[in-house]
Amino acid sequence: MEKKLKVAALRNGTVIDHIPSDKLFKVVSILHLETSKNQITLANNLDSAKIGSKGLVKISDRALEEDETNKIALIAPNAKINIIREYEVVEKRPLVLPDEIREIAHCGNPNCITNHQPVTTRFFVIKEEGSMRLKCKYCEREMKFEEVKLK
Amino acid sequence: MSKNSLVSISDYSKEEILAILDSATGFEANPNRKTLDGKVVATLFFEPSTRTRLSFETAVIRLGGSIIGFSDAATSSSSKGETLNDTIHMVSCYADVIVMRHPLEGAARYAAEVSPVPIVNAGDGANQHPSQTLLDLYSIKKTQGTLENLNICLVGDLKYGRTVHSLIMAMSHFNPTFKFIAPEELKMPEEYKIFCRKHGIKYSEATELNNNFNDADILYMTRVQRERFQDLMEYERVKNVYTLKNKMLINSKLNLKILHPLPRVNEIDPDVDSNEKAYYFQQAQNGLYVRQAIISKVMGIKS
Ligand SMILES: [Zn+2]
Repeated sequence: MEKKLKVAALRNGTVIDHIPSDKLFKVVSILHLETSKNQITLANNLDSAKIGSKGLVKISDRALEEDETNKIALIAPNAKINIIREYEVVEKRPLVLPDEIREIAHCGNPNCITNHQPVTTRFFVIKEEGSMRLKCKYCEREMKFEEVKLK
Repeated sequence: MSKNSLVSISDYSKEEILAILDSATGFEANPNRKTLDGKVVATLFFEPSTRTRLSFETAVIRLGGSIIGFSDAATSSSSKGETLNDTIHMVSCYADVIVMRHPLEGAARYAAEVSPVPIVNAGDGANQHPSQTLLDLYSIKKTQGTLENLNICLVGDLKYGRTVHSLIMAMSHFNPTFKFIAPEELKMPEEYKIFCRKHGIKYSEATELNNNFNDADILYMTRVQRERFQDLMEYERVKNVYTLKNKMLINSKLNLKILHPLPRVNEIDPDVDSNEKAYYFQQAQNGLYVRQAIISKVMGIKS
């Protein structure tokens, strides 16, 4: 019921729901919402039957691009993303792990060129033996997602 | 950006690796040519490595090319704060190819992205040093007659040793069987064992050197450095058990050859040098022919 109301309150735009509470501001950061001119509603520490405590983001008049929603898959793989038009959900955007991520993170290797020169970071996403790892395109180190620092 | 750069051994397919080795065989038979006549090669060494620089520069001179560059960062413009991007662009105005050594990992990949001329990576921090890998392969093929189905023992610092990691990647095309011999602190990292399992490469592990390489065709020794150890007592112990001595070779195979990327510290006792199984000095010399082949390839010169 509660969820329905919040979704209904948005006329056009994107709703990101079921974000774990401790990931809400990472989502804000990778979408660069802090510099966005659109109307934005943030909610956090809402009760959730599924994950205990959740956050939610509503962005008016902006349908997120696929590469943006794929970045969310890295941080909050179980988030739900709905694209809204005239109060209706017109698209449920599935979260797909991208094959490559650009720019959004710093390499965890202090001796990597990207931490010393103005280089756009790039990581390949490796999914094998049941885990997800990132491989820096430059220093070729593999690391866990927790080992990179989000920008 | 140039497509011909050599940054990492994994940039080359099996066929390209074999073509380089064939070409190097030709240079060994006839190293003095004039195929680089009128060409300029820049050797940019942002950290000193006299051994590697002399090998590349000799390769260029024997091909009739000229050399510009610097041999450590203190004499380069990067010490004045110039970005790597700007240094590469400036040098590419003068040179047809850039051979680069840099203390930071990933520097060569980045340079290859921004450079209009080919980049040859002569070592980027602890990451890659593909000309070393190719000269290792050349030495293995030359002494064994083949690269296929060999037993290869990797000994020493398998945790930080980039040469052994690159060698595993390169040998993965040729159905090797590896034995990793290292002290507990310097064991082969999990990601390379995952790599072996994924490529169906057989491997085993051991912590003692003596009597553990009797079925080996290649004994690849690496430096065990003091600064890698937390516990210096452990270093003292390891240093002695990981020293190869001539008498340890009694039961080894007749075709065994001992390789080492050099310089050695005390992993190989000087009493091994006169054994015909010692191959590390010839191995270093093979670097010249392999580097002639690499420079010819990245410049698109038929050899
Ligand atoms: Zn990196």
